[in-house]
Amino acid sequence: MRHASSIISLGLFSFLAILAAAFAHDQAFANHMWVLTIVLVISVIVLLRRENFQPAAPVDPSAYMDGPIRYGVIATIFWAVVGLLVGVVVALQLTYPVLNIEPWFNFGRMRPLHTSGVIFAFCGNALICTSFYVVQRTSRARLFGGDLAWFVFWGYQLFIVMAATGYLLGITESREYAEPEWYVDLWLTVVWVAYLIVFLGTIVKRREPHIYVANWFYLAFIVTIAMLHIVNNLSMPVSFLGSKSYSAFSGVQDALTQWWYGHNAVGFFLTAGFLGMMYYFVPKQANRPVYSYRLSIIHFWALIFLYIWAGPHHLHFTALPDWAQTLGMVFSIMLWMPSWGGMINGLMTLSGAWDKLRTDPIIRMMVAAIAFYGMSTFEGPMMSIKTVNSLSHYTDWTIGHVHSGALGWNGLIAFAALYYMVPKLWARERLYSLRMVSWHFWLATLGIVVYAAVMWVSGIQQGLMWREHDEQGFLVYSFVESVAALHPYYLIRALGGVLYLAGALVMAWNLTMTILGYQRDEAPIGGTFPSLQPAE
Amino acid sequence: MDYHIMRTFADSWGLLAMLAFFVAASAFAFRPGSKELSQDAASIPLKDD
Repeated sequence: MRHASSIISLGLFSFLAILAAAFAHDQAFANHMWVLTIVLVISVIVLLRRENFQPAAPVDPSAYMDGPIRYGVIATIFWAVVGLLVGVVVALQLTYPVLNIEPWFNFGRMRPLHTSGVIFAFCGNALICTSFYVVQRTSRARLFGGDLAWFVFWGYQLFIVMAATGYLLGITESREYAEPEWYVDLWLTVVWVAYLIVFLGTIVKRREPHIYVANWFYLAFIVTIAMLHIVNNLSMPVSFLGSKSYSAFSGVQDALTQWWYGHNAVGFFLTAGFLGMMYYFVPKQANRPVYSYRLSIIHFWALIFLYIWAGPHHLHFTALPDWAQTLGMVFSIMLWMPSWGGMINGLMTLSGAWDKLRTDPIIRMMVAAIAFYGMSTFEGPMMSIKTVNSLSHYTDWTIGHVHSGALGWNGLIAFAALYYMVPKLWARERLYSLRMVSWHFWLATLGIVVYAAVMWVSGIQQGLMWREHDEQGFLVYSFVESVAALHPYYLIRALGGVLYLAGALVMAWNLTMTILGYQRDEAPIGGTFPSLQPAE
Repeated sequence: MDYHIMRTFADSWGLLAMLAFFVAASAFAFRPGSKELSQDAASIPLKDD
């Protein structure tokens, strides 16, 4: 009875979910609890069918625990495709409002589905599975806590499903990137503490004396996200069986708490954690150590100390005190230094191996990711300057900036890590097709460039139209005129998204075939080296 | 402990303590003899598979 305790507890929770649905304070909560019941009952059935009464094979304590990582890789691929697909749908909804299908699939509900889908489902799964992969191999120790790693994996998927279905049912805290309601937040807290225990326990029992810098970044990501998540979601539910809660903060304090959270979600979820990926997978793929280990230490401390203060730049020209706005702006500008230090460190790791760019599309993907990291960490501080912000704020420029960071940096480095890990995790000689990686690279890069460029144009046009006034001080354009003017840009933006999604589909096919054990018959990339002629 | 006490602490001793920690951590990374240790540390990922 290997799954006995899981089956019993899942069965118990299914029963409690039914009770919660029956005694729900509001209809949305009842619907959400029925969703939970269905998910839990399906889990019980699957576990019952997979139950095995043979005694479990003894666990080799020196072998790495790769099961949850393999599942994590598949989840990452799946959520990448889903999150990007929803992104294309919302882009088209903005272009053609008729595509808003009331009430479940209108833009207001689909938009958090997209953002949470790519940030928490895709990037979150990528972070969890790569962190488990990296911490074991750089600590030379099996994951701590036995089946706790499985709990982290499945618990996190449950969080994603509950968050996503909640949005579509109209359950939201309306806090950007923190939309899930109080009971889903509590569940994520439980999962996250388990994650911290697994990760930290593995570091504690490591057999390598030094803790490799990638683990520093991963640990900073886990600890800081725990802190941000708990503080930003402090709230009082209306009823213990209801879907509505009210924040513990009010007014501008609430706004600042939210953007302290929101910007550090970027800083620690999408930056620190992904830098952990960079500091492991780039040296591995290039087969040479990081350019400067001491620079990576400085990079770490500078990033940690500066990022946490940058949040107020989201609240320029609001009720937030002026000194706090200036503080956020100054710290954002200072962030330039560690960001570019890290970018240089990542890029220079390839010094002496730049020829690999020609033959290895995975290296190419990593270099493009680091270049986009540098570009978006240049653009971000620039946009935080109040003068620039007065033009860029609330416009599509911000959307373009976010996507050059998320698609360029997070997407490409995560895809490169997947391409690196999959043959190793499934013991395959090589990927199904290296040429398809190249296709993925160009589709993705072209998609990002189209997306970011068109959002610059549309954002700046939008900002200029909003502030345009005549000699008597009257605004020249109404808001709806600026909306109408953006239609062609929105169509091109959707095209950029389609290109990026197409790249992800190519990856999904390539990795699926690799996992299934196929190898595509294809000519090697880069051709042959020119043969050297002896001097006459 | 009200808001103003925390605020004053944050932009005086709190700020100083964090700056001191950062400077010390940076100096420690570049202490004499750290070059070889950090080269060893940098090679950790390349040691196996």
